[in-house]
This record gives sequence, structure tokens and C-alpha cells, in this order.
Amino acid sequence: MTTTEAKTDTVFGQPLRRKEDAHLITGRTKWVDNIQMPGMVHLAYLRSPIAHAKISVDTGPAKSYPGVIAVYSAADFGAEMGFMADAWTCHPDMKKPLNPPLATDEVRYVGEPVAVVVAETRYQANDALEAISVDYDALPAITDLEAATADGSALVHEALGTNQCYHLQTPGDSYEAAKAKADVVIKRRFRQQRLIPSAMEPRAVVVVPTVDDFTMYSSTQIPHVLRVLLALITGVSESKLRVIAPDVGGGFGSKVACSAEEIISLLIAKRLQLPVKWNESRSESMQTVHHGRDQIQDIEVAAKSDGTLLGMKVDLIADLGAYLRLFTAGVPLFGAAMFNAIYKMEGYQFNCQTVFTNKCPTDAYRGAGRPEATFGAERIMDELAAHLGMDPLKLREKNWIKHEEFPYTTISGSVYDTGNYEAATARAVELFGYDELRAEQKQRRESKDPVQLGIGVSTFTEACGLAPSRALGQLNVSAGGWERAEIRVTITGKIQVISGSTPHGQGHLTSWSQLVSDKLGIPFEDIDVLAGDTASSPQGLDTYGSRSLVVGGSAIVKACDKVIAKARRVAAHTLECDPDDLEFNAGVFSVKGSPGSKMLIQECAFATHLAHNIPDGMEPSLNSAYTFDPINLSYPHGTHLCAIEVDTETGFSKIRKYVAVDDVGTVVNPMIVEGQVHGGIAQGIAQAMFEEGIYDSDGNLTTGSFVDYLVPSAADLPSYTTDRTETPSTDNPIGAKGVGEAGCIASTPAVVNAIVDAVRHFGINDIAMPCSPERVWRAVHEAKQAHPHGGAAS
Amino acid sequence: MAQITVKVDGVSRSDEVEPRLLLVHYLRDVRGKVGTVVGCDTSNCGACTVHLDGQSVKSCSVLAVQADGSDVLTIEGLAGTVDTELHPMQEAFRECHGLQCGYCTPGMIMACVDLLNNNPNPSEHEIREGIEGNLCRCTGYHNIVRAVQTCAATMANGSAGVTV
Repeated sequence: MTTTEAKTDTVFGQPLRRKEDAHLITGRTKWVDNIQMPGMVHLAYLRSPIAHAKISVDTGPAKSYPGVIAVYSAADFGAEMGFMADAWTCHPDMKKPLNPPLATDEVRYVGEPVAVVVAETRYQANDALEAISVDYDALPAITDLEAATADGSALVHEALGTNQCYHLQTPGDSYEAAKAKADVVIKRRFRQQRLIPSAMEPRAVVVVPTVDDFTMYSSTQIPHVLRVLLALITGVSESKLRVIAPDVGGGFGSKVACSAEEIISLLIAKRLQLPVKWNESRSESMQTVHHGRDQIQDIEVAAKSDGTLLGMKVDLIADLGAYLRLFTAGVPLFGAAMFNAIYKMEGYQFNCQTVFTNKCPTDAYRGAGRPEATFGAERIMDELAAHLGMDPLKLREKNWIKHEEFPYTTISGSVYDTGNYEAATARAVELFGYDELRAEQKQRRESKDPVQLGIGVSTFTEACGLAPSRALGQLNVSAGGWERAEIRVTITGKIQVISGSTPHGQGHLTSWSQLVSDKLGIPFEDIDVLAGDTASSPQGLDTYGSRSLVVGGSAIVKACDKVIAKARRVAAHTLECDPDDLEFNAGVFSVKGSPGSKMLIQECAFATHLAHNIPDGMEPSLNSAYTFDPINLSYPHGTHLCAIEVDTETGFSKIRKYVAVDDVGTVVNPMIVEGQVHGGIAQGIAQAMFEEGIYDSDGNLTTGSFVDYLVPSAADLPSYTTDRTETPSTDNPIGAKGVGEAGCIASTPAVVNAIVDAVRHFGINDIAMPCSPERVWRAVHEAKQAHPHGGAAS
Repeated sequence: MAQITVKVDGVSRSDEVEPRLLLVHYLRDVRGKVGTVVGCDTSNCGACTVHLDGQSVKSCSVLAVQADGSDVLTIEGLAGTVDTELHPMQEAFRECHGLQCGYCTPGMIMACVDLLNNNPNPSEHEIREGIEGNLCRCTGYHNIVRAVQTCAATMANGSAGVTV
């Protein structure tokens, strides 16, 4: 073999340009919808236009349409199609409605699949939908969350006898005791509107059958989990099913799913023994890919008059939509331990009521439960600060966990390993010019400037790195939380990383190459990553919950350690020394005290592959796998500050400055981390100012396209000032904490706090999201009418 | 069916197409130009943006028959050769981390090239307004704006000319 120069400069922590990009910027991509196969047929779904109805379906007329091969409704599959999966039994009394992939006799949300056409082309499949005859016998649509819980409400699922899925109540003793000592108790109701995740690539599925052997290509975040679920639901053997997630165009939680369309595509491919393809339109996507958020939060805090926080009580009502998806019922509970945020308190109570309605099911969307909790916490801290006449940063500082107090067990039982809220906040304040902006705000108020300035604070934390398997077990989640990685060392000294976590835009190929290059001293360019294919990556739990680096990256580091241990034996054997006498640095084993005696790890790989002369009894392979199960969640944090100009005459808000200082622990690639923060901030701003999934009282989604659902464009958003502090996690070998969701968890309350701060002197203490110009204008207009001479209490 | 002749990325070809066939589906399904993608059905997202006779268009909003006799440039024809010679805008997107999942990227790059064709030295405000017809869900646009600025500076320095 050719001796490779040892790599001495580290790539860890460098903003290396992404290996992923070459094919994405030139259009040489591998999206599912690009796949063409001989004999491939196309699917199109007929979906309910009615929110709640008894149905009877006649597919007959569609079968004679040009190009149509088959038309199926639920009756054609019967028990074979099984039921949609849910993965979290949150409560002993939880109600679980059965949800067949195709509606049998009743539809419960607009967009629910009723029948499917198989045709030679996608145009023909869509043409034939018009010929399927469905009688809809309308039932009452339940769309109002609170009305759904009232006695005598019509029911989404008659058989359940209630619209309530479960009602979790925790003891109130500690909160009541705290409240009894309080000088101040304030209560607010916040509305987390319904959001539509809107990954840019709509879903697509291709299934290729070979008798009883199937390959599914799907635009999914979870090929491994999907394979298990499809096997359990359809009875196709897990060992006969290969799932591939090729290039996947974003997910944000929306592709953590085992969809009806994936189930039915598999069954049709099995039945017809033809390759099938389905790709959804954006309009279908908006109606049927699970939505996010949608909670009513009643939050009460008790404090002393000096600002010392004593306790918090949270009462949630969460809209689950019509059915349970994988984590639908559990998403509100992801926030149960996060409302107390970074603050010390004596009392805490969390109650949660979950409710079925005739809407698209909700499930995980970027942050899943933690954005909701963080919003509630950071909004009410601003309200408390305003009530006490304190600076919102000062109030937070008075109550947050000090850096020397870590590890810290919070009131809700989480153990935060490390953090430094002081450092992140100090840096953010400096970058922001906090005092200068406060002075300008004061001046604008005094001069009654029609354009008022608001300053919003968010000192957030979140829980990432899903998740310790044992903890998931205690919560009754039907899944573990480990991740697997394998390092394959080729004869020429190249590395293939087999990654159980599956990328869909995060840059795994680049970050994993940096991790492995740093560990093994093998050049960055010589490292490749195989992921998103259950054939090459036999086990994995995929990508969500900001877990890839924290859990999957840790598995890679541990697998590298095993490679080094094996290579060390080979090097020692070759160099005729004891393995313990070898140092390993930057890819080179050298004998301590005898630096001329050395062997590259690539040379070890070559010697191991030849196996002519390796230690007796040693397996002739350096390949190593590791499955890493974290011992704790990770807790990234940061301070986001937003300055916003609000035109009180038009209601138009313009972000003037946005500063984000995030502490995500140790960073492998700062460019990628910064990109994640930017995108997260944008999605959080989108919730604060632009997006809302709206249903009318008949259960029609009135924001069913990008015309009505306002995914912000470049013209709607500012540039961001970002920086980091680094307080490594002590609970994983990298020290990483996760960054995928941080931006959107932090930014929503920062923006809303800023908007409310800009108009608080009118007597306004909340504006419901999204804070559109109309809503801001109405709030100001109504406040002025209520207090025509100004002078409203702040 | 209608017969059309369309030059795509420098290659001219005649095809029989349904009159209702969208240009984007012609490019993808008939011509195999799957680098251009579909992200919505209301002409909002811009993922399908290509250049039609030198002008940026959303190819989901053009019928294939309307492109008869035209010259279409897609993301796949933008580079000289993929291995060695990227368009400066492609280089800038990579250099500035202007993409994450990459799904909006083909349309975004084509829209940004068109923007600089019309305004070689745009302000940040003009860039943001100029690409508002192209949605990205990953980047928050910060690095896309930087990529356009970087590309504009590169081209102003004369290190490459704009194609088309």
C-alpha cells in the first residue's frame, strides 16, 4: 500500500464546507420522486372534503378511466392494512381510537384518505379520482378545543364516549405552599396556535417488490423505525423489507411518521407486484402531514415582591386532532419538565388535558413540547417583570440557576448537567447594545413616536439528545433512545461510517467525517458516511429531538475507540512492543521513548486485511460498532434578544436587531451549528409573526396552501447576529448538547416579548400569535379606545 | 398530443406531449432533468425555477407547449462541467452554507442568478425582495443573502461571467 502522510492538523471545530453540497447545488440529487422504474405505476388518493361524516364508497366508475390499473378503498384491504401506530401510552386511562389507513365507514378530518387509484401515469391517477363516488352523511364537526371538552359536546369518536384522550394531573401541594408565601400572583392565558411544518420536499414513496421482498424509498426521517412499524402493521417480515431514505428535503418532525400512504403503497406493491410511486401535492401535504403545537396554556406564577420566584402552575389543553400518530399524545408531556425552564422555585404543578377534534392530527414539530413550554415560561417571566416594574433580564438573573450550582436537579426532576446562563446573557447583552436600545425605547415613548421600540428577552433551555432508553421506558414510550454507529475500515485505509441516525439536511456526512478524522487521524476526504438505508445501516433510531450528534455522534466516537484498540494490537505486534507502550496521536502509533518506531493506522488496516501476520487469535478486521445509550438528556441553553419596531398606526412590526448567543456545548462544525440556529430562529419568528393553521367551524382548513399559510420569505426576515459560549455537556463523550431545535425554541418568545414590550404602555399585556399587523393594530386601537387620554397602567 | 421542440441545457429535442403537461413535468419526466423539483402547487415556493429564454420562470406555471421553440436552462446546465467548473453562484452557496436540505436550492440558485443578471450590485434589501418568490425552510435566508452578496462581489471582480 501507499503510505499516507499522517494528518496532524485537527479538523474538529473547524467550519469546513459541506461534503453534501456538491450534488445539491448541481441538481445531481436523489429525491424519491426522481426514481423511475420499468413498469412503475402511480398512486393518487381521494381525500375527504368533509371534516366528519359517515361514508359509503363506490370505486367502480373510476376503474374504466384511461390508464387505470386498480382502485381500492378500505373494503379491498380489510384487516390486511391494520391500523395506524401510536408509540406512547401517556396515561393509564388514555383513550386510543382505532385509525385504519383508509377510512372504513367514517371520516374525521378533511384530507383523510378514502380511496386510492393506481394508474400508468400520475396525471391519469389524478384524473380518475373524480369518478370515485362517495356518499358523505355529515356529522357535527368538533373544532373548538374548549367546547370539545364540555358536557354534551358532539363526539369525534362516538365509541370512546368522550373527546378527552387523557387528563394528567399532578399534585398541587408544592405550588399551593409556594403561593401561600407569595406577595404577587399573576396568571396569563397563552395560545399556541396550530402550525404546519412545511418541509420543502413534499412526501414521496416508491416501493419496489420482488415477490415477497420489498424495497421502499421514502422521504422520511426514520427509515429504521418505519421498517419496524410497517412490519408490525402489515405483517411483511422486517427481514424482507428494506427502507431507504435517499436525499430527504427537510422534515422538522413532520417526517417522523408511519403514514397511511406508506402502508398502502407497500400493500399495493405487494398485491400488484409492480413498482409503485406516490408523491403528494403541497395541498395534500398541508391537509394531512401532521401539524404541530395547538395548545391553550393557563399559567400562574407566584413570587415575592423583590422578584424571587416561588412557584409555577401550568394547565394545558392540547388539541390532538382526530387521531393519534406516533407521539401525538405525548408531545405536550415533552414540555412537562420544561416550563420551569432555567429557574429555581419551590413549587410546581403541571396538568394537561388532551382532546380530540375533527382536524389533522398533531405530532412532533421542531421542538415538540419544548417550544410551547419555553414560550409559556419566557412570556410569563416578562409579564412578572412588567408587573413588578423590574427589568426582565434582572428578574431572570435573580431566579436562574447559577453556573456554580450545576449539576442541578430542577423542581420538575430534571438533572441539568452544566450551563452558564450568566456568560451567554452577558455576551448577548454586549452584542445587542441593550442599554442603548432601552434608552432609545424610553425616548420614543416620551416623544410619543408612532413607531415604538420593543425589546424581547428569551433566556431559554431545552432538553435534547433523545433519549436514555430507561427513561423512555419509565414514561411508557414504546421505543428505546440509543443510537448505533459502525466504523468500517477498508483495505486502502478509507473509512465508511455506518450511521444509525439519518440526515435530512443536517450535514451528517461532514460532521461525522470531522469526528472520525479527529479520532482516527485519517484525512477528512477519506471518510464517507452510509446512512438512511436499512440494508447498509442495520440498526438505528434515526433523527429527531436534536439527537444526532449527542447520541449518534457519541456512538461514532465510541466505535472509533474500538477501532483504535484493535489497531493498537496490530501495531504492537508489528513493532514488537507491548500495546501499552504505544502512543496514538493523529493517526500514528509510536513507541513511547522511541519515536522512530511507528505505524500509521492505515498501515494497521492493510496488515489486518492481509492477516498474514497479526496477533494470534485476533479477528482480522478493524471494523467496529457501538451502540450508545445516553445516561441523561442534554440541556443546551442561550440568550436571545430581539429589538422590534412597531408602527402603532399600521400595526406593522419590523425586527431591527436579533442577537442569539447559544450554548450548545462542544461544537464540531461551527458553520453548520450557525446554520441550524439561523433556520431555527426563522421558524420561531414564523410562529411569532406569520404562520397559523386555521380551520373554520365546519372543519375546513382555510390555510391549505402557501397562498394562505405564510411561510416567511427572505423579504419577511432579518439577518441575525449569532455567537456562542461553550459549556460542554458532561454526559456524553463529545460534550455536545444538540442544536437542531434551539433556534425555534428561543426565538418565538423573544419576538412576542418584544412586540408586547413595544406597546405595553398602551395597557396591552398580550397579543395572540401570530402577531400580524392586523392583530397588533387592533390591540393598539382597542387599548386607545379604552384609555382615550393615554396613561394606561403598564 | 402536441409536438414541441425545446432546447434544454444546450440539447434540442422534439417530443409529443399532452397539451396540459406542465413544463416542470416535461423537464423531469420527459427530459430526465430531475434536478429541477416541485415544492408546491400554487406557484409560491419557487423550487421549480428555471430560465426560459434567459428569464427566470417558475416551471410549474408554464405549460410545456408554451416552451416550444424556447431555450431552457436548468440547474443541471448552469455549471460548465460539474467536476471542475461551478457557476459562481453555486460556489457561493457552498462557501456561505446557503443550503441545508437542498430541496429549494436548484430554484433558489436559478432565481439568484437571474437577480444578478438584472441587478449586478444589489443591496441586502434588494436581494431579499428579489428572491421573495423562493421559499426556504432550513436556512432562515441569512446565508442565502450572504451567498448572493458573495457571488455579486466575485463577479464584479471579473473572475467569472454570468452565463445565459
